[in-house]
Amino acid sequence: MNLTMRIWRQNGATGRLVTYDVPDLSPDMSFLEALDVLNERLVLAGEEPVAFDHDCREGICGMCGLMIDGVAHGPERATTACQLHLRHFSDGDTVTVEPWRATPFPVIRDLVVDRSAFDRIVEAGGYVSVSTGSAPDAHALPVPKPDADAAFEAAACIGCGACVAACPNGSAMLFTAAKVTHLGLLPQGRPERGTRASDMLAAHDDLGFGGCTNTGECTAVCPKGIPLSTITRFNADVLRAARSFSQGDKRR
Amino acid sequence: MYTEGDPIADHRAPTGPIETRWDRRRFTARLVNPANRRGRTVIVVGTGLAGGSAAATLAELGYRVLSFCHQDSPRRAHSVAAQGGINAAKNYRNDGDSVWRLFHDTVKGGDFRARESNVYRLAQLSTAIIDQCVAQGVPFAREYGGLLDTRSFGGAQVSRTFYARGQTGQQLLLGAYQALARQIDAGRVESHPRTEMLDLVVADGRARGVVVRDLVTGAVSTHLADAVVLATGGYGNVFHLSTNAKGCNATAIWRAHRRGALFANPCFTQIHPTCIPPAGEHQSKLTLMSESLRNDGRVWVPRDPADRRTPGAIPESGRDYFLERLYPAFGNLVPRDIASRAAKNASDPERGVYLDFADAIARLGADVVKARYGNLFEMYQRITGDDPYTTPMRIWPAVHYTMGGLWVDYDLRSTIPGLFVIGEANFSDHGANRLGASALMQGLADGYFVLPNVIGDYLADAPFGDVDPGGVEDEVRDRVARLLAVDGDRTVESFHRELGRIMWEECGMERTDAGLRTALRRIPELRAEFWSRVKVPGRGESFNQELEKAGRVADFLELAELMCVDALHREESCGGHFRAESTAGGEALRDDHRFSYVAAWEFTGGPPVLHREDLVFDHVRPSIRSYA
Repeated sequence: MNLTMRIWRQNGATGRLVTYDVPDLSPDMSFLEALDVLNERLVLAGEEPVAFDHDCREGICGMCGLMIDGVAHGPERATTACQLHLRHFSDGDTVTVEPWRATPFPVIRDLVVDRSAFDRIVEAGGYVSVSTGSAPDAHALPVPKPDADAAFEAAACIGCGACVAACPNGSAMLFTAAKVTHLGLLPQGRPERGTRASDMLAAHDDLGFGGCTNTGECTAVCPKGIPLSTITRFNADVLRAARSFSQGDKRR
Repeated sequence: MYTEGDPIADHRAPTGPIETRWDRRRFTARLVNPANRRGRTVIVVGTGLAGGSAAATLAELGYRVLSFCHQDSPRRAHSVAAQGGINAAKNYRNDGDSVWRLFHDTVKGGDFRARESNVYRLAQLSTAIIDQCVAQGVPFAREYGGLLDTRSFGGAQVSRTFYARGQTGQQLLLGAYQALARQIDAGRVESHPRTEMLDLVVADGRARGVVVRDLVTGAVSTHLADAVVLATGGYGNVFHLSTNAKGCNATAIWRAHRRGALFANPCFTQIHPTCIPPAGEHQSKLTLMSESLRNDGRVWVPRDPADRRTPGAIPESGRDYFLERLYPAFGNLVPRDIASRAAKNASDPERGVYLDFADAIARLGADVVKARYGNLFEMYQRITGDDPYTTPMRIWPAVHYTMGGLWVDYDLRSTIPGLFVIGEANFSDHGANRLGASALMQGLADGYFVLPNVIGDYLADAPFGDVDPGGVEDEVRDRVARLLAVDGDRTVESFHRELGRIMWEECGMERTDAGLRTALRRIPELRAEFWSRVKVPGRGESFNQELEKAGRVADFLELAELMCVDALHREESCGGHFRAESTAGGEALRDDHRFSYVAAWEFTGGPPVLHREDLVFDHVRPSIRSYA
């Protein structure tokens, strides 16, 4: 099959969409493999290949992320760009491919953006403060199965940033809420539940992510189906924390 | 082809009762007092289960840590993709498990090519890993009483595998990454994502730093430390198509090998039996389906090889459940090498073999099957377009894990003082084959418990004085310039694909003397062609993904040759390494008399030098590894 791809090319402060005809594709290819094919042709033609982030190509590392026809990770629900296959497109389609767009995700090159702001949010408190070596026996603290399952559902977040790219406010609330929910639901994470939520929210805001207005675009594109209810939990944790301790008490 | 050097005399494992070796080693290891730890710097390259846990734990101890990874975040290291689970000898099931049994199973599973002391320590530490991860909030599967659930895995008759649905690696990695994030926030770890190690700085005989390239700006720089830890994973991408992430590469360990670190058992590659078969020339990688699927899925092929009906149209009488037939005691749960070879003998890559859940769905109900394997089924459907709930999956063996790696002693020291190697990057614990759910265990054991306890013994001699990094940085820049200067007419990818075909055909699941000699003729030719015809566009001092790939493939082209030399010299079948000339009744025939050693290779620039480390089995007597 043949596709026409309009791809965002950027090297420096500004960029533009460039149109490429990409013939001889197979419907069994993943979307990234179609970009591979295009890139091999560009290299042989003496042009610079299209830069894009990818690694595991199994939908779990969270490194790939393309805006395909205006939808983060493309038209298939609950799918990363690497797991999107060309059988979901038709021969002759024109497809527009752009990077994630959000102020805290500056473009590095073409379709590659800097998502290290996510790491800053986790560093602000997205962990259980336990050092290695003296943990009690794993069975010492039972966890009700429904809690463990709900924590797992939230923990499935791969940190790809689709939620931010899809949000009209450029908010990272779904990402942040997923981590807060995961750890807050488990007894191990409960002592830091309030400080974690408020510290991570403060980092989120400081990094330039926008506020949440419950639009729901984030969960609509989330490749792991993280539900909007995590944000409700997050808000509740922040409110509870604001009542129970004074702000500015930065924990370590 | 190679020459023989001195045997390896000291692997630093304590002697005496195996149960107390680790305790005694910890007690005899010198300590670094907390005030001095603040003044010691350790570089950790790689942020997977081994590197992430090591960097976090060393920082917790008070060392200053520099952490490097080539991904855009430490959280994306390829450990994140491990699916099935992590073993631990907890005996929560009361099914007869123990440290001894896990030790025994792992030595036997590795086909008696691993060091007993290391494996025993791994089994001992396995229980502490689970405790540590649970304390971090890793959401392992639980039963209704709130206690941890376990399942069984290939090669084991007990249920000792802890898991988080089909995403165990992701959850364990996030645990380590979060521990690392905490130390970054505390200022004890300096994190360098999108940075690739391109060489090792050795000064006065000690590893003292790394030369790295910033993958965003292209800037090459040197970072110095008192010790260097490589946790850079395996080299399965030599084969081009593998279950590794695209970025997984051998450059760090290969450059260290060129600087003097011995490379052990390079030909030991694990082929995983349950991957999705490739669908064409364009294929960029292979996707693994968790081995846990074999707990409930039944593997079969049509009884008549010419039967081209769709699987649903083939009645029970027309099916050959060949694993259950050939290996009745273990059935579908035989170890990976045995399942892979049996699949290869029973079918071909176009068709693959069927992994069928019809019985499991009838027995357990679709809901239970969905709860156990739902995300794997979704992934399979996304890639192939087939629904595993109604049509048997098609699976085929693929390159998965490399048991070889840099040689290390019991303290995880390479042959370069100050260079420690952990996780998949070293050779140490899996022998010639890796059992399921044991790689995650080794990565975390090394990173959380072993390295932090032994590195002090080395650092007790620090400080080591000022370092003159010499011309290493210039050598790295020259190499980048050389890759760009070729400006030929073939893509990096085309060379990688061609190398992969040679390696899969001649040094893959089944090897022959003649095939390996063919490979050893073709690889140097291909390498010469690479350096005269490769085309790498762009500049060095910029974001340049083709350049990154070119450097990695250049190293694969060197490592591949050593893998074939190692495979050729090992005239026995063992583990994942099946030598067609060394069989008995169609099964692999090990030759303990001649080959019960680790082959550790020294780089010379010409034919490599073989150093043997003899393996001694005092506790698990080598026997024919029967799973019948």
